[in-house]
Amino acid sequence: MTATVPGMKRREFLQLSGALGAGLLIACRATRTELPRASGDVNAWVHIGTDDQITIAVSESEMGQGTMTAFAMIVADELEADWQHVQAVHALANQAAYGNQSTGGSTSIRIGYDSIRAAGAAARELLVAAAAQTWQVSARDCVAERGTVTHAASGRTASYGSLADLASQLPLPRKPAFKDPATYRYIGTPIKRLDSHDKVTGRAVFGLDANVPGHLVAQVVRPPVLGGAVKSFDPAAAKAVPGVVDVLEIPHGIAIVAENFWAARQGRQALTAEWDPKEWGDLSSEHITGMLREIVGSGAVARDDGNAERAAAAAPTRIEAVYEAPYLAHATMEPMNCTAHVRPDGCDIWVGTQAQTSSVRVAAEITGLDPAQITLRTLYLGGGFGRRSQTDFVADAVLLSKATGKPVQVVYTREDDMHAGWYRPVAYNAFAAGLDADGWPVAWTHRIAGASIVEQFGRLENGIDDSSVEGAANLPYDIANVHVTYARPDLPVTTWWWRSVGSSQNAYVTECFLDELARAGKHDPFAYRQRLLRNQPRHLRVLETVAEKIGWGGAPAEGHALGIAVHACFGSWVANAVDVSLDDVPRVHRVVCAVDCGQAINPDTIAAQMDSGIMYGLSAALWGEITFANGQPTQSNFHNYRIVRMREAPRVETHIVNSGDAHGGIGEPGTPCIAPAVCNAILALTGNPVRKLPIRMG
Amino acid sequence: MPAYRFTLNGTDTSVDVAADMPLLWVLRETLGLTGTKYGCGIAQCGSCMVHLDGKKAFSCITPIASVAGRRVTTIEGLAQGDELHPVQRAWLAIDVPQCGYCQSGQIMAAAALLAEHPTPSDADIDEAMSGNLCRCGTYNRIRAAIHAAAGEARP
Repeated sequence: MTATVPGMKRREFLQLSGALGAGLLIACRATRTELPRASGDVNAWVHIGTDDQITIAVSESEMGQGTMTAFAMIVADELEADWQHVQAVHALANQAAYGNQSTGGSTSIRIGYDSIRAAGAAARELLVAAAAQTWQVSARDCVAERGTVTHAASGRTASYGSLADLASQLPLPRKPAFKDPATYRYIGTPIKRLDSHDKVTGRAVFGLDANVPGHLVAQVVRPPVLGGAVKSFDPAAAKAVPGVVDVLEIPHGIAIVAENFWAARQGRQALTAEWDPKEWGDLSSEHITGMLREIVGSGAVARDDGNAERAAAAAPTRIEAVYEAPYLAHATMEPMNCTAHVRPDGCDIWVGTQAQTSSVRVAAEITGLDPAQITLRTLYLGGGFGRRSQTDFVADAVLLSKATGKPVQVVYTREDDMHAGWYRPVAYNAFAAGLDADGWPVAWTHRIAGASIVEQFGRLENGIDDSSVEGAANLPYDIANVHVTYARPDLPVTTWWWRSVGSSQNAYVTECFLDELARAGKHDPFAYRQRLLRNQPRHLRVLETVAEKIGWGGAPAEGHALGIAVHACFGSWVANAVDVSLDDVPRVHRVVCAVDCGQAINPDTIAAQMDSGIMYGLSAALWGEITFANGQPTQSNFHNYRIVRMREAPRVETHIVNSGDAHGGIGEPGTPCIAPAVCNAILALTGNPVRKLPIRMG
Repeated sequence: MPAYRFTLNGTDTSVDVAADMPLLWVLRETLGLTGTKYGCGIAQCGSCMVHLDGKKAFSCITPIASVAGRRVTTIEGLAQGDELHPVQRAWLAIDVPQCGYCQSGQIMAAAALLAEHPTPSDADIDEAMSGNLCRCGTYNRIRAAIHAAAGEARP
């Protein structure tokens, strides 16, 4: 039996309740409408088995950010569950039950918190009601605590499992009462992740580990030039490779379908193909920069306070600078992959995805099946960072299973993955500012030319891509005249969400240009920010925290300098202060991070996500770039798309500023500050601003 | 195709595959041990790391023919029955993994390091662990967990 929150239908849960056996099942659902770009809903099902086992089925995808554990903590707290009996699993994709499933924008907790809590609270009230009915006492005299309901007066107790069946037959409380936050056991406490044991024993099943009986393995050879196409190919040599089953043309290129990965690889090496480069065969990074430079002055207006041009013209000091940020690949540790089995009456998909609903939609379009006939199982994601909300790899697998009639696993090699596009957009930023006689900014003009992500959804508004100007149009500094514009080039390079999206570039360019202004105005960069943020208490608090903890104002070690940056995005405020010296490359010795993400759910996860965002952003700052020559991406694997290794990893200490405000995200906000903090330390060391990423010394 | 015999996690094993097939794919696809991961295929990321005769090895560039007669340990064979290896216990105590994809390789590299240097310095850790990439950036916790495992192993 199941109980539901209003608006849900019982049949929607049958599949899950069947899998979990008897007991009490509660569903909850929150629709993400209030957050920008949040296209999905957030849900959880809570099942209390007669064996006392509590299972939280989470609609969000676990890609390292800790969502599964956080959801379970929230439910368990309101439910008064015994943590030892709690487990979390990925829910089956089911649009009817879950609405639009997608994980991104650091939104899981921000959207889901209240409804997940409600599910836990409702389950607790049902269990208490079941105990009261059994004992013929008032529910008010019964207490639920750590998996047991107790009637104090009589000393009777019952485990949740023993009450679950009766509880499932009782009417669902309309407005379950939440616990007093002061009595939380789990929320706000460092709790160990539920997925760690499987991840240290090799048992965790990632997308690439899907092992469907009889499945074939396919690799897709894409046209080398972006936007190119297959001209002709001869499959004979590839087909002659032992283990190669078929060679097929599909929209993304030529697929080698084989019995295993190695045979597919040997097959593609034997393949002879001719490609039509189409119109972009001479595309180069220089060409792209030239296009951006050409359009940067003609952008649409994203913000216009006062009159920046006039104020700058009248200012005693004027400063101009151009800042550039490159295309970036996500480079998840697990390359893109998907396994699909298309049959006449249905389709099964096994995939590590951030986008269940759009994956099912793509499969439905390719197969002609109804979405209800498609079952998608979310396996662990070996990193996501936005890349896994694309569906290119899902389409490949479904197409090839449909064509062969067999289960097919499509595997992108690392090189395929890095060449497949969907990069963080390139951006070219032209700044002009005016300072008054005391060195304070009176005018700030920021003209952005950059590839657009949202244009492909038809979501440009008045020429503005809100994701390209986030972190720029909402510049937090108290400057009277601010002018921000955005212009978009026509390029064949596909672009996509990359951890922290527009903030990944805009924090870098704005925080570095601000340091240039502080320097020109002969002010300390920390004090400069403090004054210009005097009306921004949440910025100020994280900024002052890192300055204090790193010992700002003291004398750095010989050859070292400090740098600082602050940025707000995805509902959270983050500051970084860094200690840097220069060898051939910048050495980042120490990072102090402060984060205000409102009410903290799991402080241990928050610290881990700050570590993670900092390493991700530092890799990009030091080495990250996808460049183009002859229409082709230049980088291909980790030898030329470098990421931070152990020996380069700075020590990170994170301070959680628990403001108690509304929940902010944690997956993305850790990324933006590290690049400008490091570049600002380099400015302090050398006197030269770093106006282009990745950082190049000398 | 010839059959290649080797010892896998203590068990005599034989596979009949192409001589140049990397150990990684033999483990994952022929033998179904998917704890060892594919990340780059060119020994740049360490996701595929296993022990070969007790020393760490990139299984993605190790042809199966070169494994014949040797001893292979994977993440699945690191624990002694139900008792986790000290490195795995330290990984749990410090809650190292995020996405978790690289962690099999990280753990195998750390176990090999501790077998050789029971009390490694930070410099030893830098040297031994820089062949293993973690895109989630868990390096500080990995370092702490290696020190913790070393401490546990000390009498």
